[in-house]
Amino acid sequence: MTTMTREETEALIQEVLEVYPEKARKDRAKHLTVNDPNVEQSKKCITSNRKSLPGVMTIRGCAYAGSKGVVWGPIKDMIHISHGPVGCGQYTRAGRRNYYAGHTGVNVFGTMNFTSDFQEKDIVFGGDKKLEKLIDEINTLFPLVKGISIQSECPIGLIGDDIEAVSKKKAAELGKAVVPLRCEGFRGVSQSLGHHIANDAIRDWVLPRRDEDNRFETTPYDVALLADYNIGGDAWASRLLLEEMGLRVVSQWSGDGTLSEMELTPKVKLNLLHCYRSMNYIARHMEEKYAIPWVEFNFFGPTKIAESLRKIASFFDDKIKEGAERVIEKYQKEADAVIAKYRPRLEGKRVMLYVGGLRPRHPVGAYEDLGMEVVGTGYEFAHNDDYDRTIKEMGEGTLLYDDVTGYELEEFVKRIRPDLVGSGVKEKYIFQKMGIPFRQMHSWDYSGPYHGYDGFAIFARDMDMTLNNPCWDKFQAPWKKAALAKAA
Amino acid sequence: MPSVMIRQNDSGQLTFYVSKKDLEETIVSMEHQGPDQWGGEVELADGSRYFLDPLEAVPRLPITLRAKRL
Repeated sequence: MTTMTREETEALIQEVLEVYPEKARKDRAKHLTVNDPNVEQSKKCITSNRKSLPGVMTIRGCAYAGSKGVVWGPIKDMIHISHGPVGCGQYTRAGRRNYYAGHTGVNVFGTMNFTSDFQEKDIVFGGDKKLEKLIDEINTLFPLVKGISIQSECPIGLIGDDIEAVSKKKAAELGKAVVPLRCEGFRGVSQSLGHHIANDAIRDWVLPRRDEDNRFETTPYDVALLADYNIGGDAWASRLLLEEMGLRVVSQWSGDGTLSEMELTPKVKLNLLHCYRSMNYIARHMEEKYAIPWVEFNFFGPTKIAESLRKIASFFDDKIKEGAERVIEKYQKEADAVIAKYRPRLEGKRVMLYVGGLRPRHPVGAYEDLGMEVVGTGYEFAHNDDYDRTIKEMGEGTLLYDDVTGYELEEFVKRIRPDLVGSGVKEKYIFQKMGIPFRQMHSWDYSGPYHGYDGFAIFARDMDMTLNNPCWDKFQAPWKKAALAKAA
Repeated sequence: MPSVMIRQNDSGQLTFYVSKKDLEETIVSMEHQGPDQWGGEVELADGSRYFLDPLEAVPRLPITLRAKRL
């Protein structure tokens, strides 16, 4: 099937909406649209960041997921207590593949799960005493821990525990950072509020810790890499390019990051923001309080990388600008070789994405470098400003879906029949059974890194491996295939 | 009375940002532009109007202020 026209796509949306009762149809219609790159503001064509309809299947997460899972979890030398019942922490333990260096259980704690394991009596009598005991225990068992964060699960807010008081008391006792987070899962409509709460906690409890301390020796080329979570080693691939162009990366937020790196971030000259959605709050705060400008960048695919490196360099002097050109020239050959190898195998293939954060728009450049086209994209938990950015990236007539329901996504895929779908693990097997190649794009399908020039080579290989896998024409039993051929 | 952040964007225009409301709009007009008074009534690109308590001098941007909806 060739690319659909605008009218066809609009008709498709109407058709898919038909099964809903009238009220639900009206609500869902606001979240589905056909892209028009000339629209200036997304709020005129798509509604986002609204409560999901009861009764439909959404794949959104909760505020706890946004705070513990995304922003705080990767900070490796702190222990993040999942405060509440055991499940929230255990079922999400180490699922996001935020790689880090260090000795787990000695000086880093990334893949371990710490929980206060609430029982009935903690709900009835309050869990503050247990929390105090737990913090003491952690400090005894893991003396190298640099700080502790308390990630609230739903019951904490419901029973009204005072985790802030416990934090202040324990921080004074231990002389370490103890950070309370009010990220109960019931807050907000999606994990997006969890990001905001986590950012606010960093603002209030972490950044001011070294406000008076100027012992850190700065250079004019200090930068911080914000909102790169080092999935499969992404942040390392990004950091490599930045260092090669002459910048000094003072801190990584939060993939492979540490508490002291975060505390030193207010001393840098420029904040580099990869995932706008999850950390724009703290970047805006640092711009106001510490006068540090921030810039969004995109390290997917050689075209966007070159663009971003030049954009970053434009904040610095000629030395860095030359450095950027040098890096681009050095790696462009490698990237060209990757494109020469894979583009013929992937040219013209059509992709549909449904992910969160930055992934529905950032990899578009990488797909285009490989000659592929993104025909549909959508976010789980985006806000207006994300769609503002998306509309410009996407071509005319691309299908946009916000917080798409299980039914809608399935129907869209059935009708559009893309050559590749990129979404989460819950969608993976549905589409694979439909015979459509699928990549799990939340954590790069257990591969990665995908950022930087090194990552692009892996990205291209993975897409080829999935799309041109010989299994896709083995969906029919050989005898049925023969019968079909005979009938035809 | 939302708390808003006033900031200069890349093209030099002032923007009006309310994180809780997911609102980021450019400011098309502001009553007092300095040098001895800054703020007052502001009009946004989408037509809505707000009031900022006028400041004595032009502040360093970005700055977070309380705004009143008009």
